[in-house]
Amino acid sequence: MPKGITASNDFVIKFANVNGSGSASANELFARAILRIGVPVATRNIFPSNIQGLPTWFEVRVSGKGWLGRRGGVDMMVAMNPQTWDKDVASIDAGGYLFYDSSKPMPESKFRADLNIIGMPLTEICNRTYSDPRQRQLFKNIIYVGALASLLNIDLAVIEQLIRDQYGAKQQLLDSNIKAVHMGHDYAEANLNGMCALDVVKSDGVGDRIFINGNDAAALGCVYGGATVAAWYPITPSTSVAEAFMKHCRKLRVDPDSKKNKFAIIQSEDEISAIGSVIGAGWNGARAFTATSGPGISLMQEFLGLAYFAEIPAVIFDVQRGGPSTGMPTRTQQADLLLCAYASHGDTKHVLLFPEDPRELFEMAAQSFDLAERLQTPIFVMEDLDIGMNDWLCKPLAWDDSRAYDRGKLMSADDLDSGKTFGRYLDVDGDAIPYRTLPGTHPTKGAYFTRGTSRDRFAKYSEEGAVYADNMQRLVRKFETAKKLVPAPVRRNAKEKTRYGVIYFGSTSAAMEEALAALETKGLHLDTLRLRAFPFSDDVIEFVNAHDQVFLIEQNRDAQMRMLLVNECAIDPARFISILHYDGAPITARFITGAIAERLNVNMKSKEAAE
Amino acid sequence: MTYLAKPKFHHPDLPKNALGFTHRDYEGSISTLCAGCGHDSISSAVIQACFELNIEPHRLAKLSGIGCSSKTPDYFLGQSHGFNSVHGRMPSVLTGANLANKEMIYLGVSGDGDSASIGLGQFIHCIRRGVNMLYITENNGVYGLTKGQFSATADRGSKSKAGGTNNDSALDLVGMALQVGATFVARSFSGDKKQVVPLIMAGLSHPGPSFIDIISPCVAFNNHAGSTKSFDYVREHNEAVNRLDFMSPRAPITVEYEPGTVAAVTLHDGSELKLAKLHPDYDPYDRINAMTYMQNRAAAGEVVTGLIYMDPQARDMHAGLNTVDAPLNRLSEKELCPGSAALEKINASLR
Ligand SMILES: Cc1ncc(C[n+]2csc(CCOP(=O)(O)OP(=O)(O)O)c2C)c(N)n1
Ligand code: SF4
Ligand SMILES: [Mg+2]
Repeated sequence: MPKGITASNDFVIKFANVNGSGSASANELFARAILRIGVPVATRNIFPSNIQGLPTWFEVRVSGKGWLGRRGGVDMMVAMNPQTWDKDVASIDAGGYLFYDSSKPMPESKFRADLNIIGMPLTEICNRTYSDPRQRQLFKNIIYVGALASLLNIDLAVIEQLIRDQYGAKQQLLDSNIKAVHMGHDYAEANLNGMCALDVVKSDGVGDRIFINGNDAAALGCVYGGATVAAWYPITPSTSVAEAFMKHCRKLRVDPDSKKNKFAIIQSEDEISAIGSVIGAGWNGARAFTATSGPGISLMQEFLGLAYFAEIPAVIFDVQRGGPSTGMPTRTQQADLLLCAYASHGDTKHVLLFPEDPRELFEMAAQSFDLAERLQTPIFVMEDLDIGMNDWLCKPLAWDDSRAYDRGKLMSADDLDSGKTFGRYLDVDGDAIPYRTLPGTHPTKGAYFTRGTSRDRFAKYSEEGAVYADNMQRLVRKFETAKKLVPAPVRRNAKEKTRYGVIYFGSTSAAMEEALAALETKGLHLDTLRLRAFPFSDDVIEFVNAHDQVFLIEQNRDAQMRMLLVNECAIDPARFISILHYDGAPITARFITGAIAERLNVNMKSKEAAE
Repeated sequence: MTYLAKPKFHHPDLPKNALGFTHRDYEGSISTLCAGCGHDSISSAVIQACFELNIEPHRLAKLSGIGCSSKTPDYFLGQSHGFNSVHGRMPSVLTGANLANKEMIYLGVSGDGDSASIGLGQFIHCIRRGVNMLYITENNGVYGLTKGQFSATADRGSKSKAGGTNNDSALDLVGMALQVGATFVARSFSGDKKQVVPLIMAGLSHPGPSFIDIISPCVAFNNHAGSTKSFDYVREHNEAVNRLDFMSPRAPITVEYEPGTVAAVTLHDGSELKLAKLHPDYDPYDRINAMTYMQNRAAAGEVVTGLIYMDPQARDMHAGLNTVDAPLNRLSEKELCPGSAALEKINASLR
């Protein structure tokens, strides 16, 4: 056997499975066991399709240092899918491990000489133990988790406890799962001992952090943020936002006395209808949202312009996936930035939020309803598949019980009775946000006719050019107000003074953290700015101007954030060096480090040559 | 086009309804439609119906799409909130508005272009979802606002003003509404106010998805010989199956009945429908029969009008969603936010 990769709390193990074989829960059990031992993990689902029988992969990065981005490379492959065998075997790093089901003999040509091969007759063991075909299938997964525990030195008691937590009083399920884990463990102890030099060592790197996927966190943010109406149309990778909202509402939003729901969820006939209902509900004073992905946003364009112009609160979760067109539905990208920022015909601009992980997504989801009502406009929460559909280790979700919802500028019946002037599109206090009334507010005052065509400050129909322009200018001023209300960018200065900066946003955060540390060890220092929202505050311009060169990291082909920055902040495009990653897999620290180091070294070398 | 404010002059002798409102209180801005447009008659029927129903104007929300017909909500109920949305998408906006506040009355106004072409999907889906509303199409067989192109409700063989012939078969909105579960379905003619007003009253009072297709001739583009949506054609081919009178408990109206059997139905809110049967064999409580009847009569070239179907036991979307009694838009953080203790439990389950 070749010399095996030796690593403690720092390796990548990838599971190649068949969709629908029950592997997902076993793999998650494996990842959670490592977390319970106090070692951080980052997991990623790679699923080219949701269809049963097709390949699916689950990648677990074990990182004692706590790096949560995708690392790249594979140290151990758990190869459970004959369809993808060749590709899976080829993807393992030299000296890595191939764990496979050795029940059927395989020709030598199917292996690689530079790998450590760990065979275990899983099918044989299952067939011997179980007679029911479904059980044979399901327990195979649990058995390999037991074997991996032995190979990687994971305390079996931790796995047992997790199984107990999961099955609770369901004694039969509990017993059979524990039995299967033991079976795998026992076999590996007896037959595979010493074959693997990767191990997991107890640590305190996890703390009170939680393990949650973004779509779940977004849905919780909607519950906490007071959303009562959701209208949606299924599309990967956003479907689980609506489904999780339903799940949480059933637990948290049912009136205990009447058993009636304090929420309404509509599965619309398409995305046009979904956004229409969100706008109708927002117009009528309920906090409403939809969740979709790029193709859905494309369909919503006309309505988004209406909501912008008629100034109606709406929240849209865009879980970005590979585009364009129907694109790569199960791959991640940050490629809907321009689509959302300038959604619709005519002059429009929209507020975008860029959460870095599920915890921030929870907060931004809740905050988006305040922003939507305060600014009376659509708010886009820009998720991506990587955040949305993968479990992330992040700080616990927090809520301040004294927090009140900001319902924005609403005129009440009392306000109207007290003689306050009501002009639906009248800026009374300089922030360019007008007051609105909800339908049914007052028997004789405050009603108006909402329209997508021109009207004056008092909502009266007008086709006068000056009246139209006056309103459009106010909308620009309102966007200025938005700059002060949206989450500010996060700036961090390097340990040493530097002429170089990096701008990044969204799910790139995890890989960026790690890349910065790696660059620092190479003596390359960079100040960083993490964008959290569009429109950009002046801090962004200041940051760019304070550096000779700014790397701009994006997960799209066309450097869409760069276009936005150049366009909105009148920045010289030459200041930016784009680092672009767009193959559909999440960006890695290796990629960022390599790209930045290469350019900096070239820059430094050419400078030296010049001097 | 300019906005024309209507003088807010109240004549002291104007009749008042039970709430003390006059007709004027239900009017809107002055119409900018062509003189003689059928849509204007429908607006005045809406005004009459709301006056007689004693609706507080601000308790009603009026929504529309785009078209001459969709402009009309500006011309009635000036004290109601209105929403002139986008072409063909009023139903989804109305659905959302209804989700937010189930206590209000929702009136959706649309055209045949708005509902039968670009908005056909939304038309069908909001009805099948059971949204409590009155949905009116002001059906003229053409796109009035874009100057007279055939719409999807134009009959095959009917002639355009420019001389063209429509080759496509007509879409029947009434038939579709019946099929997808509207619990109140009627057809009427803008030229027959006596028929339209009680139908609107009944439709507004019906606690489920109500639909009225009102043939409403376009005098500018579709009122010529050879059109099957002209005033003359509809008058000649109109076959009313029944005559409806609507009595709200607060303002009983006395009416003279035309000969035939009269059936009375008391509705959930105590109001009463009186239905005079003009066709003795027509049963408006039998949906399947209604569909067959409509098909047969249409094949014979008749324009069947009247109350075509009603299910007095209708239930709406909120019943299916099991929403709380209070409108969702009135719930505060106290009712909506589960608080930090619940979140702590959720955190614990994620470790
Ligand atoms: C997306 C979109 N496409 C096209 C139009 C142009 N348009 C405006 S009204 C209309 C047809 C209206 O016909 P109908 O609903 O029958 O109303 P009518 O004017 O006949 O009352 C069209 C095609 C539009 N406003 N929006
Ligand atoms: S064009 Fe036709 S539908 Fe439009 S206002 Fe004139 S008559 Fe009415
Ligand atoms: Mg029309």
